[in-house]
Order: sequence, then C-alpha cells, then structure tokens
Amino acid sequence: MSNNGFEPRIVAFACNWCTYAAADTAGISRMEQPPNVDIIRVMCTGRIEPTFILKAFAEGADGVVVSGCHPPGDCHYNNGNYKTFRRMPLVEALLAQYGIEKERFHWGWISGAEAPKWAKLVRDFTEQVRDLGPLNWKRELESKED
Amino acid sequence: MADKLKLGLYWAASCGGCEIAIVELREKILDVDAVADILFWPVAVDFKYKDVEAMPDGHIDVCLFNGAIRTSENEHLAHLLRQKSKVLVAFGSCAHEGCIPGLGNLFDRRSIFERVYLEVPSVDNPEGVLPQTSYQMPEGEVTIPKFYNTVKTLGQVEDVDYFVPGCPPQAPQIWAVIEAILSGQLPPKGSVVGANEKTVCDECEHNREEKRIKKFYRPHEIIPESGRCLFDQGIICAGPATRGGCGALCPSVSMPCRGCYGPAPNVIDQGAALLSAVASVVDADTEEEAARIVGEIVDPVGTFYRFGLPASLLHRRKLEEAE
Repeated sequence: MSNNGFEPRIVAFACNWCTYAAADTAGISRMEQPPNVDIIRVMCTGRIEPTFILKAFAEGADGVVVSGCHPPGDCHYNNGNYKTFRRMPLVEALLAQYGIEKERFHWGWISGAEAPKWAKLVRDFTEQVRDLGPLNWKRELESKED
Repeated sequence: MADKLKLGLYWAASCGGCEIAIVELREKILDVDAVADILFWPVAVDFKYKDVEAMPDGHIDVCLFNGAIRTSENEHLAHLLRQKSKVLVAFGSCAHEGCIPGLGNLFDRRSIFERVYLEVPSVDNPEGVLPQTSYQMPEGEVTIPKFYNTVKTLGQVEDVDYFVPGCPPQAPQIWAVIEAILSGQLPPKGSVVGANEKTVCDECEHNREEKRIKKFYRPHEIIPESGRCLFDQGIICAGPATRGGCGALCPSVSMPCRGCYGPAPNVIDQGAALLSAVASVVDADTEEEAARIVGEIVDPVGTFYRFGLPASLLHRRKLEEAE
C-alpha cells in the first residue's frame, strides 16, 4: 500500500556492539532496505532514556526502533540490556496512553551476526509505519490546540 | 506610601490551594501588607477585570499567577496580566507545568463534557444539554468562556519571568520569593525560584539501600516501614526525578513524593525520567518477569506525569480527528 506517497521518518536507536554492527554489515553487504530509517548509535541500549523515544516522536518521527544485544549474555556491559527490557514494556504502556499506535514502536534484539534480520526489520517496520500514515505530533500540538 | 510594591494575584484553572498557601504565611501576611499594596486578588479582594483593564501597562510590579490555562478566560487574563505587570510569575504547579488539571490532557473537550454532563450517575440532564459558548436568551445573548481541548501552562501562552513550583508552594519558599523581590536580588529571567537545585531525595532523611523491586505497591496497599526509603519498599516515589525545595514533606510522613515541584534541574521530561528510574530497579532477570512486574503499575501517565503532563514532551494524548 502506498498511502499517498507518504514516506515515514523512522528513528532507530542501535547499540554500538550488536545492532549497529548488524546494520553496518547489512549496508556493506548491499542488503536491500528502504532509506527511511535514521540510525542513532548509542553505546548501549541501557543508555537509551525513555526521554529519547518521546523526544523523537515529539519532534516528528513516525516510528521509533530500539535494538540492542540479546539477553542474557550478549551485552558488552553485562546487563545494559536488562535495563532495556525492564523499561520498554512501561514505555509501551505510556505510548498507548498517549494514543500512539503500538505499531509505531518496536524494541528487540539483533546481534552483530544478524545483518539479514536488521534488513528485514527495516523493510517490515517501514511498511508497517507507512500503512499507519504520518504521526505528525508537532502539528498535533500546534494547529489543533484550542 | 507611594513606593509600596504593587502586587497582583490571580487564579486560573486551579483549586485555590495556592491562595491557601499564601494565607499560610500566617502573621507574615501582615508583613506582606506592610510592604505591598494588593491591586488584584479575585479570591480575597473585590476588584473586577475592568479595574485591571483600566490600569496603565506595567502598572502592577509583580503578578503571582496561579492556575493552568483551561479556558479562553484563563488565557485572556494571562495576556491581560502580562500586559499590566512588570514581572509575571507562574506561581504553583498549575501555572508552572499544568498540575492535576493537566491530566485532562488524557481526554479532550468532547469526552470531558460527555462524562461530566451526561454520564456521571448524579447528573440529571435528560435533554443532554452541553455547555455552549453562546446562547440566545429572550433578554439577549449570554456567553461563557470556551473550554479548550488542551490544558496549557502559563509559559505556553505567555512570556513568564519566573516560575515558583509546588502544589502548593511551601510558605517559607513563598516568603523567600517575596523577600527576593523586595531586595531586588532576582535571578536571571526564566529561573525557577522558591526551590533548590537538587532532588527531593537529597532532602529526604530516610535510609536508602540498593533498590531491588519485586513488586510495586500503591500507598494504600502497604504500611511502610518508617525510616526506610519508600522507593526501596516498592512504593513508587517521584523523589528521584523531582526538584527539591519542599523539605521532603510527603516522604517524612511516609507518603511517597508525587512530583509536584516539577522536573529536577536538567531533567527535560519528568515522567520519562521517573519511568526510567522506576523500571531500571525492577528485580527481574527475564523479559517475562520484567513485563509482569512493571505491568502491575496502574496508569503510568497518571503516575509519572501526575503534575506535569502539559509541560511534558508530548503535552497530551493524541487528539481524534473530528471534534
């Protein structure tokens, strides 16, 4: 579905040691993926404050991805991903209360060896968000406020 | 005494607690009277809006504005008092960051009207009458202010000089602010005054240990051990994400901090910061267990943004298209 030519803008927070490596490999390997995802490399998903996710949505992202190292043992810092899996379910609950569709937010794990999984996530998630249409939170805040 | 401070006070969408807080100055209110003339204070003194409109611009030296912006009347007075005041102070949590009225941002005008005027069991409204901004009576047109979809903070509709946090601001802090105004020793514009630069935890005297939470309790579900950090005991306490200055009043009587002094210094989004603090101390080593424990938190927005939803990054729940 084309959704009137809408191109979603997606922000992906990827950890340096696993998912970013996978994304890098996916690129180098010329795996096909749409150009809609802006990757922000962080050292660890445990560093991703929920504020980052809300700020991404507030400033125009149509979808947000958080991806890091598989628990239990892959984290470069032992347990950063534990912080992530404790926080993200609450972020999901928060977004639901804000009326943001759950299909606009994805969190999970992609190791450095899973480049095809990254490319598939980028393809699938982009289509999923494209189908939902723009979120446009800025306009949400500015034009209809009375 | 021509050089007395000219003081104005106003309440917009608020509960009146900020006015009580000023009265809580007790005998010091006489000192306020000695140094200041009150030119406008609807809750206590009989001046009318037209009296304010008749003032020259900048006539009021300091206006303490409490309450959020819920209606067109609130917004009109915000603009009017800005024009008539040299210094406009967002006084109290509502004006500062939206406070409890701001939780209305989880709804919109239509759903609030339907709930309040049609669905509440004690309402008798067979014709389903909802408030209209204008109505034609035989005697002429009657108008009331427009109820907005979104609650805003004072700072979102007007240029604010200072922010005094708290629901309500604590009396010693109010007095400190008045003294600062009188002495002319005011901080840079835009500062939060009447509070400090640390968190509530910094002022709290309970003993803290390493937090490992297996279950969250709401305040009515547990009798907390006294002297021990409430958060350590599984009660969600907003202390770690909240600006200090209140003297940690609530934790000192075994009630968790609810966050009324707003985000701690350098915190962008108080609710997200608190969410992060709460979730990361959950004692769960599998995804399933973590999801179960944090899933027991009822109403995350109401818990983490109890006092600051309009001032948060997202401001409100997404509005439905057609109103």
